[in-house]
Amino acid sequence: MIRLKPGSRHPVALTVNEKACTGTAEPRTLLSDFLRHELKLHGTHVGCEHGVCGACTVMVDGRAVRSCMQLAVECDGASVRTVEGLAQDGALNALQRAFNRHHALQCGFCTAGILMSATHFLSENPNPTEDAVKEMLSGHICRCTGYYPIVAAILDAAGEICAANRITKEKP
Amino acid sequence: MTARDELPVKGSKTRTQAGYIGKAEPRANAKRLLQGRGSFIDDLRFPRLAQVVFLRSPHAHAKIRKLDFSKARTAPGVIAVVDGRAVAEYCTPWVGVLSHLKGLKSAPQFPIAIDRACWQGEAVAAVVAETRAQAEDACELIVAEYDPLPAVIDMHEALAGRHVIHPDLGDNICFNREVDFGAVEAAFAKADVVVEESYSFGRHTGVCLEGRAILADYNAAEHTLTVHHATQAPHMMQDIFSKHLNIPEANVRVICRDIGGAYGIKVHVYPDEMCTAALSIMLRRPVKFVADRMESFLSDIHAREHKVKVRLAATKAGEILAFDLDDLTAIGPYSVYPRTSGIEGNQVVNLTGGPYKHQNYRAKLNVVFTNKNVTCQYRAVGHPIAVALTEGIVDLAAQKLGMDPAEFRRRNLVPDDAYPYTGAAGMKFELLSHHQCLDKLLALMDYKALRAEQAELRKKGVYRGIGLAAMIEVTNPSPAFYGVGGARISAQDGATLRLEPTGMLTVLSSVTEQGQGTEGIFAQIAATAVGVTMDKVKVITGDTSTTPYGGGTWASRGAGIGGEAVLQAGKALRSNILDIAAAILSVDKATLDVYNNEIIDAASGASRLPLAELGRVAYFRPDTLPMKFQSELMVTRHYTPREYGFTFTNGIQASLVEIHPDTGFVKLLKHWCVEDCGTVINPMLVDEQIRGGVVQGIGGALFEECHYSEDGQLLNASMADYLVPMSGEMPDIVCGHVESPTKSSELGAKGVGEAGTAGAPGAVMNAINDALAPLNARVNSMPFTPERILDALGAANAKG
Repeated sequence: MIRLKPGSRHPVALTVNEKACTGTAEPRTLLSDFLRHELKLHGTHVGCEHGVCGACTVMVDGRAVRSCMQLAVECDGASVRTVEGLAQDGALNALQRAFNRHHALQCGFCTAGILMSATHFLSENPNPTEDAVKEMLSGHICRCTGYYPIVAAILDAAGEICAANRITKEKP
Repeated sequence: MTARDELPVKGSKTRTQAGYIGKAEPRANAKRLLQGRGSFIDDLRFPRLAQVVFLRSPHAHAKIRKLDFSKARTAPGVIAVVDGRAVAEYCTPWVGVLSHLKGLKSAPQFPIAIDRACWQGEAVAAVVAETRAQAEDACELIVAEYDPLPAVIDMHEALAGRHVIHPDLGDNICFNREVDFGAVEAAFAKADVVVEESYSFGRHTGVCLEGRAILADYNAAEHTLTVHHATQAPHMMQDIFSKHLNIPEANVRVICRDIGGAYGIKVHVYPDEMCTAALSIMLRRPVKFVADRMESFLSDIHAREHKVKVRLAATKAGEILAFDLDDLTAIGPYSVYPRTSGIEGNQVVNLTGGPYKHQNYRAKLNVVFTNKNVTCQYRAVGHPIAVALTEGIVDLAAQKLGMDPAEFRRRNLVPDDAYPYTGAAGMKFELLSHHQCLDKLLALMDYKALRAEQAELRKKGVYRGIGLAAMIEVTNPSPAFYGVGGARISAQDGATLRLEPTGMLTVLSSVTEQGQGTEGIFAQIAATAVGVTMDKVKVITGDTSTTPYGGGTWASRGAGIGGEAVLQAGKALRSNILDIAAAILSVDKATLDVYNNEIIDAASGASRLPLAELGRVAYFRPDTLPMKFQSELMVTRHYTPREYGFTFTNGIQASLVEIHPDTGFVKLLKHWCVEDCGTVINPMLVDEQIRGGVVQGIGGALFEECHYSEDGQLLNASMADYLVPMSGEMPDIVCGHVESPTKSSELGAKGVGEAGTAGAPGAVMNAINDALAPLNARVNSMPFTPERILDALGAANAKG
């Protein structure tokens, strides 16, 4: 095990949205700050820095985690997915399109975290109930919407993704 | 009959782009936010950007005996460490008063406290460093010593005035007001029924997901200050930076891009933000401040802390005769600049009893200073208090009369054909629709069926409650709100529309966007007014150097005021476009129209000229136009509401709850809101303004309160401890609309952004008390936590 020194910077290598990224971080640097300030990926937002609001949620090795509750150095070698990785060539994915359609965001500050939680959630629950979506969403604070359009968007996206998967499966 | 170039917004007569008004169009600017490509203050990168953090007073009231910066100044990366005196060299102090709130007084406030801190969280020193982490590390090395002073925490003690916070002011009273209309004493003397109740409202705060943020960039070479600011009112801030930092107005540019929630929190002057701008001038480099979560709780404005006694007189036939109220509210040690902290209490006085037709009204207001964080205008300013205490006492009267609360309201709401109407508190209403809204609400919720179900369930020991809350709401304020009191805050907004050579339409508006959808609805209005499709419209807001001058976004004014300016500019531009088309085509202007990005023949609808071709000729080949003809493809129009002080809206909400008497838990089962905001420009955005507002109102009713210890320490300054509504506990919220367009503008839109927050707490309170009624318990102190409900049930049991 490597012993890290306080105050000194250590190399951190991550795969972010399928691209290799490297930088340095103090042992105390949070993953959220590393993504924002070292890798200049500003899509991940910091709302509370104590793991309550969920705005900074990203996926680390397939799990949805609050990047303000992880140290950058402990993620060395991990594969990270952030909001910047959702759209392909500027085209919104099904979840983003549903958010746009349903006006599931206002100021947009909490949105990146919610999209990443929902992405993880839908990968494990492709056909969720409304209650299950609300339960998942209860890990996030949105201060603008009444949550209703976010729930509607996630359910709508689930339907679209399911239908698309069916078509893909039937094709070959 | 309107002329062809005077397009009616919802016109059916002309072949126009009328389809966008009233349509649920998704907003274009959501796409960048969905891809993580927003531009919030902390996302901006500048060369030589420094970061400031603040040392904040740990005491509610203390003399600053000593500040030793020697260790902090030598810490790695530190650029400067300053106290209040150093910053005051660059920034003059301010006093938050308005002359139309007679007698309102406050003390001068500096960017950083000098000699004395007046609340826990007031900045006493600033540290500027290359990185935020370095600044925070250095901040911990400051040696600060204090002599604590007696802290005034309780509002009654503040009123009594044993310790006066600002001795120069003589007492702790910031503002008081008394009104007495009609014959209140006589009404109470002859009343068959008099009900009385005391209500208390907890201190809230906005909890914007993005902390307050500012990046000030002073350029000494040209004596200019560019401020990237998370503010709702860029022109107001331009004026204030200019005045207090002594830079000519034209040399100050305020830019607001994406803002992570505002709700009124980001429309005030904050000392730490003024300090950041002053530091940029002092250090001649860009300086950034972003409040962390704890700082947000300690220094974002708080709101709502009121204790109100209210009485209502009625006849046994169920006619309300009079309201009488006494409101005491505590605002912290300073009245906030420049809107003052007297407005919320003033609104309570103006709005209480507002939906009803009684003619006798008396109110007394005391606004006092305390050594807690400052309070000021937060979403729905005063409305949640006025609505809750009005509707609470109305329900109590109905209960005492044995009358159904919906029926009692029906008998007393101002009739829909009575307008224009002046209420007992002196407020003038142009056109409201209380009865239509009530009828629509009762139908929407199936009130009778719910009452029957409630009675059935009570037999089974299930305690459900139904609560109603009628409301009036201040929107589209005229200069009567701030301007007449001397505040340099614009009540007017402007819009510039420019047809680009390719036929695209650029809209510049002085209203700002914090996610409400301002840019989206302005695109809808502009497309409609000019005759282009939505994909051709680009809206730009939030830059004092490019947009017309205006007030910005607050007091539910963006759509109604800014939208009217867009409409008028659009109509004028359309007329100019037709002038050019007539010149190009050598036909009479009246035979042409603009539709679907083309000039068409008005009679046949046949395509004559694409706007892109018109743009090409006007910009690049004006030599082909008649010699004396000058095309004008950029038009600016402004709009100020002036006929009425405020364009009042109305609405009514209902809440259905279930109480668990063993635990005190409240389950929100469903919520309804029927609102009349005049012309609905985009129903999807309007409904979500209402839903989001309702959820913020529910937060105040059930969860939110800033708890202070007896010595003025904020006890719950974290998101884990200050609870806000989360998805799992929110009910389905059903929205309905009645549309009574205001005649003071052609667009007819009134505001809607605060309606949900205004009415929800009262509706939830009445529902809880309806559920508790068979148990002989009542609650009247928000938030209605399980503990408070159990206390009420315990007291009822002890009595019983």
